[in-house]
Order: sequence, then structure tokens, then C-alpha cells
Amino acid sequence: MSDRRDFMGMALGGFAGLGALGALYAAKRTWDPLPSVKAGGFTTLDLSNVPENTLVVEKWRGKPVLIIKVPKNAKPNSAPNGNNENAYDDKRLVTVGGHKYMIVIGLCTHLGCIPDYFPEKNKFICPCHGGQFNAAGEVLKAPPPSPLVIPPFKITGTKVVLGEEGPEYKKLLAAGVVS
Amino acid sequence: MKDLKILAVVVFFTLVTYWGVEPFAHSQMHKHVEGHNFTYPDIKASGLKGDPAKGKAAIAACTSCHGIKSQGIKAPMDAMAASAAYGVNPPDLSNVGALFDTKYLIAFLQNPAHAAKAKKMAMPAGMAGTAQGAADIVAYLKSIAPKELSAKEAFVTACGRCHANRYGKWTQIGDVPKTKGNIKTGNDVELTKFKMNVAKYQDKLADYMGKLPPDLSIIARARSEHYLKTFVEDPQAVLPGTAMPRVGLTKEGFEKVDAYLESTGDPSKPLREKTGPWVLGYFVIFTLLAYGWYKSQWKGLGH
Amino acid sequence: MAHFDPNAKPFSHKWLNERLGVDTLKRVLSTEYWIPKNINFLWAMGMVLAATFGVLLISGIFLLMYYVPTTKEAFDSVNYTIMSQVGYGWLWRHVHAVAASVVFLIIYIHMLTGIYYGSYKRGRELIWISGMLLFVAFSAEAFSGYMLPWGQMSYWAGMVITNLFSLGSLNLNGLVEWIRGDYVPGQAFLGRFFMLHVVLIPLFIIGLIVLHFGTLRLPHVNNQDGEEFDFEAEAEKWKAGKRKESKVIPFNPVFLSKDVFVMGIYFIFFFYLVFYHFEFAMDPVNFDPANGLKTPPHIYPEWYFLWSYEILRPFSKNIGLIAFGFAQVIFFLLPFLDRSPNVAPANRRGIFKIWFWLLVIDMVGLTILGKLPPVGTWTIVGTVFADVFIALWIALPFVTKMEKPVGGK
Ligand code: HEM
Ligand code: FES
Repeated sequence: MSDRRDFMGMALGGFAGLGALGALYAAKRTWDPLPSVKAGGFTTLDLSNVPENTLVVEKWRGKPVLIIKVPKNAKPNSAPNGNNENAYDDKRLVTVGGHKYMIVIGLCTHLGCIPDYFPEKNKFICPCHGGQFNAAGEVLKAPPPSPLVIPPFKITGTKVVLGEEGPEYKKLLAAGVVS
Repeated sequence: MKDLKILAVVVFFTLVTYWGVEPFAHSQMHKHVEGHNFTYPDIKASGLKGDPAKGKAAIAACTSCHGIKSQGIKAPMDAMAASAAYGVNPPDLSNVGALFDTKYLIAFLQNPAHAAKAKKMAMPAGMAGTAQGAADIVAYLKSIAPKELSAKEAFVTACGRCHANRYGKWTQIGDVPKTKGNIKTGNDVELTKFKMNVAKYQDKLADYMGKLPPDLSIIARARSEHYLKTFVEDPQAVLPGTAMPRVGLTKEGFEKVDAYLESTGDPSKPLREKTGPWVLGYFVIFTLLAYGWYKSQWKGLGH
Repeated sequence: MAHFDPNAKPFSHKWLNERLGVDTLKRVLSTEYWIPKNINFLWAMGMVLAATFGVLLISGIFLLMYYVPTTKEAFDSVNYTIMSQVGYGWLWRHVHAVAASVVFLIIYIHMLTGIYYGSYKRGRELIWISGMLLFVAFSAEAFSGYMLPWGQMSYWAGMVITNLFSLGSLNLNGLVEWIRGDYVPGQAFLGRFFMLHVVLIPLFIIGLIVLHFGTLRLPHVNNQDGEEFDFEAEAEKWKAGKRKESKVIPFNPVFLSKDVFVMGIYFIFFFYLVFYHFEFAMDPVNFDPANGLKTPPHIYPEWYFLWSYEILRPFSKNIGLIAFGFAQVIFFLLPFLDRSPNVAPANRRGIFKIWFWLLVIDMVGLTILGKLPPVGTWTIVGTVFADVFIALWIALPFVTKMEKPVGGK
């Protein structure tokens, strides 16, 4: 008899746990970003009037997006990994309307500060811990562990839609330039 | 057994209280209006048969103010200019035939204020000439009416020039546009301009109507369906003296509008109705298990 | 200092026992907290109330994540963001609103149970008083919560109720403005009632619940016959395995098993209301945004305040306020106004039986009348019911003084 008592109590307890899981699911959904936040995940940029070698700041998903129309004669910067090529030849640059652009999320891959651009040196220096990037977003100096992140994009004419994965982005993905 | 008797007493007093404060109190507060299901018995059917071809020929009388987008006829004035001139923007006539009652439309063309039971109407009487002329134009409007109309289109044509619906992103002058602010200043000049136009339009509208017609975003929760139905069918019967005109929707037309109002006012309804049985089912099983536990615990207590 | 076994493994039973006295706690609060066997489902209402408070707390926390306490945004943050954008936001809101209403139904059942069985008498006065404090705190919580969606009912209820504090002809308008922080209910008002609703009053409520439970522990709960017995002796019988002979059962698991069963039934009813019948708890008028230039044609409090509101209504301003004040405090005095030593169900207490049922009928009547438009006959009937309420309480000491002692069963 005592066994039956315990069994019923345990069955009820288990079933109550099931209900708690259901409530947790609803709670999880409540924590999800709102549809309006998700819908705001696309930004269209028109690059036709971007001047050369000047930093343009845009916003995508609340984060700053840095754009540079990279000049052909961008200075070569020697990177710790021995990469000494001209930034203009970097495979990370995106070609839009015949020009090459750096399009990256402007948050340092170290701890998230916004690096400053120095056009005359063609490089970024992060104010927080001195990390450096070249004009294509490659790391020149630690502590940042990896290049500035390229957001998913799609090119249509002189316009770029951030948040969508176009063929050019997929190519970068396939080449392992972005992940 | 004793528990059940006590429960019966508790339920009895609870139900009496509920009955008193809900159905009974509301029956005392609001006079009950029995509608006519959008049959408009006060308007006599003319019995005239309209000829759409003749109506089409005569439509210029209308298009001096109204547009008919589906036929490629643009309104002579935009919403802003029209509201400055008339107090309210005359509706586009593309969908009118799909929503409004024939008998009502014919009567309306002859004497708008009378058919709408409104004190005044920007639209002058007798625009269609004779009763036959009115019947012809209505026949034409019916002939160009789209077969399928979305709930939102119904709302826009029937209510949307006077009532906004901010949850549906609708203003009296159209959908709120998707704009992009200036990243350096945070200003959104396009949107600000749009809002300014809405404000100007609303001011004119309020002058014209005597007050600004309310936003209908959640009217579906603020009024019962029966109220909305009888009110839209005949505003004066429900709220004597109201500035709202009778718009002359058909029953189907009203149902479309109502569906839109419900979609903005009570959007959780579908999920609510889906979730309800699961939650109730859960608690029924929970209670059965709890009963089993209770019985096993109280066994042999000599109670 | 107590003895601490150096070999006890951290967080083992023994280790915890030495530090926290878990066994003692468990014994005192649950397995040897003795409850009379002779009770019916009405004794489960307290736990149902505790559970409902838990439901309010949880649903309230989720509402709080997107609610914006400003007069500009409150309405849309509730009716648009929470109701249509936030995942299951509508569920929290319906649950919260229905629970806020149903909790009063259970409170009234719980109170009337106490009155019927004389559970406020000698030894149990503090249970009654702490319960009444909970009633007041819940009333304040419900009122402050009702302000938050900032609809027409929020605004006008806020206007009317705060005006009560001008105290009639005393014209303490300065006090009213101080309460509001403005001449009319506005941002200052909404901000402070938001604070009260989500922080201060819930803290009070939690404290009061602890106090209420504390006041129960020594006198123990009453039983269906008002019988007094020796809990120690009966507990010994139970512990000796005489489950049948003992008049008591342990709170956990025996009493609890019945509580949980009653809760199950309650939650079926509760969620039926949440999904299919919530209008009574979410007044349509409050789905019109607050408008300080237009009073809705009918304004009335939520149903649970109607009886005291109706006591205010039929009289002139000053007398109405006094009557209202009377209704608010008089229940506190019940243990002292009832002069009979009998602890027994009302049906064995002669005239008190009539007194009790008259009180129930009068309060139900006042509740219904409170919602009817104050015109014509309703005003007269309302006055009669209000007078009866006052008369009942004035009569109580006399009625109970004359009561014959009833032998305990
Ligand atoms: C003690 C019991 C409580 C009662 C009786 C109560 C009562 C109410 C009432 C009547 C409303 C208005 C309901 C509506 O119209 O939707 C409300 C709203 C609200 N409550 Fe509570 N409440 C309680 C506890 C809490 C707690 C503990 C929190 C948070 C910590 C909370 C947070 C809220 C919020 C944010 C709202 C505004 C959202 C809304 O109006 O739907 N409540 N409450
Ligand atoms: S965040 Fe940029 S170097 Fe640390």
C-alpha cells in the first residue's frame, strides 16, 4: 500500500515536471527577439557615392558596419603572419560596380570596441587594446585573434543588402574566407 | 458527499454574482439594438435595372473627384489636397462595388447625406442625375468590382480614410512608409514629413467630422462583435447623434472588415484557440493523477 | 557551539543538518505539521491562494520584460507589443488578468469559510488579522495593476479612487495631488503606481504571507466541528501507526495530496477562464486608451471592489465616505465584535447562522448593485442593502452575546 502511495506521488510529480517544461517553453519564446527585431535584420546600402579611402559608417542589426572604397595604391602592411601583400589584392574585398570595397562589422574581434581608421596609413587601430587591421580588415597586430567579420551580403547593381546571402557571399563562404 | 454539497453552495453564489455583474449588469447598461443584418429596410429598392455600359459612359461625373485605380483613372487630387478642399479624401471607387449594398449605393448617389444618415456630406446630392442614372453607375461599379478582396482592402475602402489602425500600420492617408533615418543625426525626414501630413489630414478631418474618428487598432477588444455589427449597419440607432455616417456595407463586406479588425485587435486568437485544449487536457490528466495520489494517501484513515 | 563532524562530506545530509537543521525544518514545517483530519475542501483554499499568487508572480515577471511605464507607451506596450509581438505575451497577460480577478473569488471564499467555522476566535485572532492585511495588500496590488495598461478604466478609476482621499468636506485636495504627483493622473502617477505594483506591494505581500503562515503554526487550523483536541496526543497516535484512530494527519504528504487534487480542479476552471472566458477580467472599456477629456458612459470598479463601492454610492458625499471607511475596516474587528466563545460552524450557532447568511446575501447583492447604473429603483435597493450591511455589523456583538454555548462535539 505504501508502494502505491509513493508511486502515485511520483507519477504526479513527473507529470507536474512535464507541465513545468511546457511553461518553460513559453518562457523561452518570450525571451526570443521580437519579430520587428528580426525583420530589422536587413539593411540596404547604396555604394555609388562612396568616396575613395574614406571610412563610411552604417548600421546593421544595431551594429556599426564599416565601409571603405579601397584605393588601388593602398599601402602594403606587414602582418605578423607574414602577409605583406597590398590590401587592394585582399580576397576579402567585395567588388561592387567595378570598385573594391571592404565591408565589415566594425567591432574589434578582440572584445568589441570600434577601431579607428587612419586613411594615410591605410590601417585601423583599435582604441581599447591597440589591435591593428589593414584596410581589408586583416589583423596586423594582436590582440584581435581574427579579421574583422564580413556580414552576409547580396549585391544588386551598386547596392548591397546586408543580412541576405548572395552568390558573392557564398563564394567567400566556400573559399573559407568567411565562416 | 459533504464536500460536494459545500461545492454546490459555493458554485451557486459564484454564479449568481457572475450573472449579476456580467450579463445582467451589461443588459442594464447598454440598450440592446437588434440589427437588420445589413438589409437596410428603410431604403426602398428602386427596382431599376442598371446598365453598366451607360454607367461607364457617365462615370466622368464621379471621376472629377474620385479615382478608380483598377481602371487606370487617377484621382484628380492627392489625399492632402482633397482633405484641404473637402475635409476628407474621397474614396477610390475600384472596390466599392464589392463591398457596398446596391440598394444603398443607388440611394446614396441620389442623396448621400440622407442615405448615410449624416448631418452633412462633402459629396453633393444628385451627381448621377436621375434614379436610373444612379442605377447605371452602380451597375458599372459592380461590374468592375474585384472578385477577391483582402480583409485589409475592405477596411481601407470602407473605413480607412477616417479611421487609422496603428497596429496595422495604417493611417488615414495610407500605409506608414518604410523609411531610413540619417545615421549621423538619427533624424528620419521622410517619416517626419509623412507624420506631418497625417497630422494635417487629421486636423482637417476633425474639423469636418466634429471630432477625430478613433483609431480602430483594438476596437475588436473594446466593443463586442454585436455592437460593431449593429453600429456599422446603423450608427444612429446605436449611438444617436454620432458623427459616424452609415456606410452601407453588405453583410459579406462587414465580415471582411470585421476580420481585419480582429486580425489587428486580437491577433493571438488563433494560437489561443489552439493552445487552450492542450492546457485544459493537461490539467484534466493532472487532476486525475492527483486524485489517485489523494486516494492512496487517505486510504485507511477511517474518514 | 554546536558540534560539527569534521568528516561529514560537504553538502551531505549530515553536513546540511549540522548547518541548516534540514531535518528539523522538514519536521516542523511539513511532515510533523499536524492538520485535523476532519476538514473539507474549503481548507485547501489557502494553498490555492498561494498557488495563484505564484501564478501572478511568474506571469507578472514576463509582462514586466516589455511593459513600458510611460503614459505615451504603456497602452501600446501592453496591447500591441505584449499581445501580438512577444512570444506567448498574450498568454502571460491573460493569465495575469484572470488570476488577479479569480484570486479575489478565492479570497472571499477563504474569508467566508473562516467566518462560517469561527476560525478567527480565541487563539486564532492573528490569523484573521494577518489575513485581512493580505486582503488589503491584494486590493492595493490589484488597484495599482489596473492603472498600468493606461486605458480609460485605468485613468478614470485612478481619478475617482485618489479623489476619495480628499476625505469629503475636509477637501484635502493637496493630499490628493500629493498622492498623484500631479493635478490629474499623469506620468508621475503612473510611475509611482508602477513602482508600487511591481516592487513595494509584492514585497509586503510576500512578508504578509510568511506572517500569515506563522500565525497558523501554533494554534493549528480549525476543523469542521470546531472541535478542540490535544494535537500532541493525536500526533503521537499517528506516529505510532494508528492512522485510523488519530484525529490528525501530517501536512506533507497527506493533507498536501488533497490540496493538490483541489488545486487540479481549480486550475481546470482557471485555464478554462484564461482561454475561453477572460472578458470578465479584462474590461472592454480599458481597451480604449486613456483620455483625460472624456469619461466613459459607465465606469465601475472591478467586480471584487463593487460591494464596498456600493456602500459608498447611495449616500451623500461625507456619509458615503464614512460608510465606505466603515466597510473597509470592520472585518478587521470581527474577532472582537463576536462576543460568543463558541467555536462551531454557523449552522449550530442559532441567530449567528442567520447573521452569516444575511451577510453573504447582502454582499452578493451589494456586488451586483454596485455595477448597475445608479438610477431609479436601483438606488433605493442599493441604500437598503448598504443599510443592512451596517446594521448587521452593529448587531453582531448583541447577537453573539446572547448566543447559548454549544457543547463541542
Ligand atoms: C499579488 C498579486 C497581483 C495582483 C492581484 C495583480 C493584479 C494586476 C492587475 C489587475 C493588472 C491589470 C491587468 C490587465 O488589465 O491586464 C495587473 C497588471 C500588471 N502586473 Fe500585476 N498583479 C499582481 C502581481 C504582480 C507581480 C508580482 C508583478 C511583477 C513583479 C506584476 C506585474 C504586472 C505588470 C507588469 C502589469 C501590466 C501588464 C498588464 O496590464 O497586462 N503583477 N496586475
Ligand atoms: S577590443 Fe580591440 S584590441 Fe581589444
